[in-house]
Amino acid sequence: MDSAQSFPPLVRVERVSKHFGEGEARVDALRDVSIDVHPGEVVALLGPSGSGKTTLLNVIGCILDPSDGAMELDGELVLEHGRWLRSDLRQLRLDKIGFIFQFHNLIPFLDATDNVALVLQLAGTDAQAARARALELLEYLEVGHRRNAMPAKLSGGEAQRVAIARALANRPRIILADEPTAALDSKRAGIVMDLLRKVAVEQQAAIIAVTHDEKIFDRFDRIFHLRDGWLLSEESASRRVGA
Amino acid sequence: MNLAYRDIRHNLFRFVLTCLGLGLLLGVVLAMIGIYKGLVVDALTIARSPDVNVWVVEANTRGPFAEASRIPGDTREAIARIAGVSSAGSITYQTVEAEHGGGKLRLYVIGSEPGRPGGPPEIVDGRHIGRSHYELVADRSSGLSLGARIRLGRNMFEVVGLTRHQVASGGDPAVFMTLPDAQKLQFELAPPAARVQMARGVGGASRDTVNAVVARLQPDASADAVAAAIHRWKHLAAITQEAQELILTRSLVDRARRQIGLFTTLLLIVSAVIIALIIYTMTMEKLKQIATLKLIGAADRTIIAMIVQQALALGFIGFAIGAALIVNIKDYFPRRVVLEVDNVMVLGLIVFAVCLIASGLGVRAALKVDPATALGG
Repeated sequence: MDSAQSFPPLVRVERVSKHFGEGEARVDALRDVSIDVHPGEVVALLGPSGSGKTTLLNVIGCILDPSDGAMELDGELVLEHGRWLRSDLRQLRLDKIGFIFQFHNLIPFLDATDNVALVLQLAGTDAQAARARALELLEYLEVGHRRNAMPAKLSGGEAQRVAIARALANRPRIILADEPTAALDSKRAGIVMDLLRKVAVEQQAAIIAVTHDEKIFDRFDRIFHLRDGWLLSEESASRRVGA
Repeated sequence: MNLAYRDIRHNLFRFVLTCLGLGLLLGVVLAMIGIYKGLVVDALTIARSPDVNVWVVEANTRGPFAEASRIPGDTREAIARIAGVSSAGSITYQTVEAEHGGGKLRLYVIGSEPGRPGGPPEIVDGRHIGRSHYELVADRSSGLSLGARIRLGRNMFEVVGLTRHQVASGGDPAVFMTLPDAQKLQFELAPPAARVQMARGVGGASRDTVNAVVARLQPDASADAVAAAIHRWKHLAAITQEAQELILTRSLVDRARRQIGLFTTLLLIVSAVIIALIIYTMTMEKLKQIATLKLIGAADRTIIAMIVQQALALGFIGFAIGAALIVNIKDYFPRRVVLEVDNVMVLGLIVFAVCLIASGLGVRAALKVDPATALGG
């Protein structure tokens, strides 16, 4: 067993299903999918278009209601028999989950620091403390020198680092990334993955990424292969190295 | 962190341009309201300037403004003797066109008896008429200055005093002169015409005709009772000041008033639609950002506040620009623009309400945004 897997999982998804429509129009996007992700792990959801990986990411991110199944986030049972056990999913996201997007999705009218500080202020941190923490994160991700730059003035790599800083702002232990390197070249994609690895190890976070980017497959601890809503296989780094 | 302010600051040029455009539009709305009010105020100015209670005119007419009225000049003595009347004065009204400064000048000539009701209410420059003939007091809007000389009819008049805001319902500036001068101007025939009349044996008719006699009443007298007393003389009609003002607003300027009123209403509706479109578009442009905000944990109230604050800022700044513009240029309009505080405040409240309703459309769209749309390309 991997050392990370000796800790209780941060994300436990059990027999989660999701279907859209009914009768002949019914589409099963997820079918009895179960995965565990442990602290310090960086895992990938892989599969062709329509395989259910984004649906699974949305369910884990508490922005899509599943049809059935259970889920634990950071030790808290949040979903049972397809029903949310918490009414305030927005607060749940704010407390436990950080998001990284394909195109960084920084707020264009806020500078790098304020993009990060915003998440903290939404969680109730006062402006001064939020700004201090934002600057600390930007320094940690080596974009401190761009603290006052507007998103339009940042390069793709810099913008993605700021986006990662934003995702880390509230110290979430679960980070969901949607194609985090799709808009970056190989070199920058590698840097971003190294950063995510650093975050996972140093902050004992679980990072789940949806990706098609073959050049970063070797950066994941495990890869979950999905097809037609089924979890087909789980591939670990040691197995890939062995192969 | 105020997201509305940050967004505005980021797109300041575009926001300022939008505010400017909206300001011009609201300025036009304010101008139309001012013109509408100005029309009514102008129509009432001349009727109110003598500060009287009863108007005595020719029988079966609603003169002297809505219909022509001619009564004998000595009517004034008879009216002055009626119980309850404290003073009375004869008045003539006539529109003339004169040459001045190389151009045509339309004037509304008011003839009155100095010292009796009917003269200019307030002299802002110069003096009242002091001689029996060939002096006049002109309204400033006529463009005549103190000491200017102008030919009216066959005589040259000198401007000895200036008034302000004294215009007829049609917008023509008023000039005040003595009753004999006005009567001469209105009723005296040109020499050739007078000779023809003499040859036909109808010459020498009295020129002592006036258009109306105005009566100021004692404090305890009833205008209706005095009017009823005058009605008993079959050749005269009496109209109370209240009724005269009603005739002016309901009859004389009614069509123009309704026309401008309707146009103002249409303009208000157009403004409301434009404000709604601007705010809705501003929100729709930010849907992706709103989805991201929702995904990262922004509460609905944060998003609602951003949209509503921007909408109100747009409305407030646009309205302020419009109001400032019209306040500064209203005196350059050819006709009077009357901006009353309550009218301006009502428009302000309407703009406020429109902005709130319009932001409601934007808020509705924003709240329907699925945070999941922030994920993916």
